[in-house]
Amino acid sequence: MRYPFPVGKSDFIQGDEAIARAAILAGCRFYAGYPITPASEIFEAMALYMPLVDGVSIQMEDEIASIAAIIGASWAGAKAMTATSGPGFSLMQENLGYAVMTETPIVVVDVQRGGPSTGQPTLAAQGDIMQAIWGTHGDHSLIVLSPSTVQEAFDMTIRAFNLAEKYRTPVVLLTDAEIAHMRERVYIPNPDEIELIERKLPANEEEAKYPFGDIHGDGVPPMPIFGRGYRTYVTGLTHDERGRPKTVDAEVHERLIRRIIGKIENNKHDIISYETYALDDAEIAIITTGIVARSAIRAVKLLRERGIKAGLLKLNTIWPFDFDMIEELAERVKKIYVPEMNLGQLYHLVREGANGKAEVELISKIGGEVHTPMEIVEKVVG
Amino acid sequence: MYLKSAYEIRDKYLRKDMLPTIFCPGCGIGSALQYTLRAIDDLGLNPDEIVWVSGIGCSSRVPGFVNFDGLHTTHGRALAFATGIKLANPKLKIIAFMGDGDAAAIGGNHFIHAIRRNLDVTVILINNFTYGMTGGQVAPTALKGLRGTTAPYGQFENPFDIADLAVSAGANYVARWSVFNYLQGINSIKKALQKEGFTLVEFLSPCPISFGRRNRMKTSPELLRWYQKITVPISKAKKMSPEELEGKIVIGEFADRDRPGLVREYEEYKKRAKRMMGWEE
Repeated sequence: MRYPFPVGKSDFIQGDEAIARAAILAGCRFYAGYPITPASEIFEAMALYMPLVDGVSIQMEDEIASIAAIIGASWAGAKAMTATSGPGFSLMQENLGYAVMTETPIVVVDVQRGGPSTGQPTLAAQGDIMQAIWGTHGDHSLIVLSPSTVQEAFDMTIRAFNLAEKYRTPVVLLTDAEIAHMRERVYIPNPDEIELIERKLPANEEEAKYPFGDIHGDGVPPMPIFGRGYRTYVTGLTHDERGRPKTVDAEVHERLIRRIIGKIENNKHDIISYETYALDDAEIAIITTGIVARSAIRAVKLLRERGIKAGLLKLNTIWPFDFDMIEELAERVKKIYVPEMNLGQLYHLVREGANGKAEVELISKIGGEVHTPMEIVEKVVG
Repeated sequence: MYLKSAYEIRDKYLRKDMLPTIFCPGCGIGSALQYTLRAIDDLGLNPDEIVWVSGIGCSSRVPGFVNFDGLHTTHGRALAFATGIKLANPKLKIIAFMGDGDAAAIGGNHFIHAIRRNLDVTVILINNFTYGMTGGQVAPTALKGLRGTTAPYGQFENPFDIADLAVSAGANYVARWSVFNYLQGINSIKKALQKEGFTLVEFLSPCPISFGRRNRMKTSPELLRWYQKITVPISKAKKMSPEELEGKIVIGEFADRDRPGLVREYEEYKKRAKRMMGWEE
């Protein structure tokens, strides 16, 4: 396999470019999108690379069509991705729910910008955290990842494909304009250095009869790909294990929805990833995610220099959320600070996790600029 | 033309465990479905290589009843999903079974862009002037004066002529019949299935329960007589003045051409990309 970019060495590239290259190395061969700042460079890179690796890159008429097309491609057997920003992500929400309901592995990148509405297209924000987790309708669960560096944007894109395939679910890679447009040194591995997970396929005709049944006891049914003679019917309506619509059967609905949520919740320790910095003896915990974590690391260092025992918990996965871990942390620190580039979205989750065991304070900033380390320090020292 | 019995077609292609269908007495969707299955059968197409795609509404439930791979998607989006399926696996033949609201209202944009791209798909479009599943609201195809629950005093907007729209947007094959024109219907579907690019067969289809009842045509035969009154064959329409054609619906074949389909265009594009990058083997 020949790649249209150097592999096995480092390159100095933007976050958007890193996401595109990672997707191709993860085996993505179908990209559908609609241009939007600050996500367009992902599409432009895919447009350049995809025909060369015998993949498809197509500009659809809107974001609704883009996510629809990647879901279709996934059922036809391709690993598929789309990328957008807040307003486009809003348009995708109905079909994101469809992907949850039909258990379709797809990757959706949301490069956040300032909102609501068209807001600040070229500036960074973290205002889509709630939209990523709860944006679609009905009870559901999916996976949301959040990188802090361009290297992480690369690594997490590969992980996003792996998690999507493993759990037959949509995965949202939630990044922001700052990382998307920042250039950093990124190690692009050789394909043989990358561990890839492929979706579970039916082992035989019998297994293929139950494309939505928990036949292996792990909550994740094998996925019968279209065109292989299994004659699978896929619907967004409430369906039984065979995929037959059962819209007024309470039991069928409960079994289906609880399994779809359960396959994420029951595996949350496999899915959840986080990093800590100076947290072991900390009395002050800073919990944050994405681009703000970079300022927060510096803030912790500055606070330690002043004799304040501060530590950082950087969340790489935003959903599923480890409420228990936050509660345990809240039990051993005096106070938790949540710096984020919105008016308090991660804060809601952290406060629920802390469960009153520690005071939780939001350090919010909007307008397009990332918190400076000193802004965090000043809040903490008061 | 020799016609197999309907039972034979039913037993060969329908999912018995999904029957009976959800369709009301007098509904025309079953007929359009039968014609489609007869066309597949006559052509000897392999069901394993056909995927049925649909959106939301009565007609969109069809993929559930046929024993093929099927994707029952969100309202209006069938052709966007189909784009992904077809480009990810060009060996698959795609049949999109859609309603008038699905294709021309909420899905209007996907519809014209799928045609513009010349996506390789055969659309079987059920036009009954109404939103049957949600209870008889007017559709964008409803002729002026027709009643629906959201236009209780008669539709005041202009209707879309879906076949006309498809011809203008560039479809390779476009035909419109009422479901009572069964031979023409089957032949058109056969033609459509054999062509590359975007092909459309529109059926005027009776909906006595949601539509007819509100327009003084409570039964299928009454709707049949009405279709006979309002439809004009294309050969005859050519000699009629715009005034004479007011309130009439032209039926027949409207386009039959062979522009390259999206799959072929993309294959060429891939080759061009490799050539431009100096990647030819």
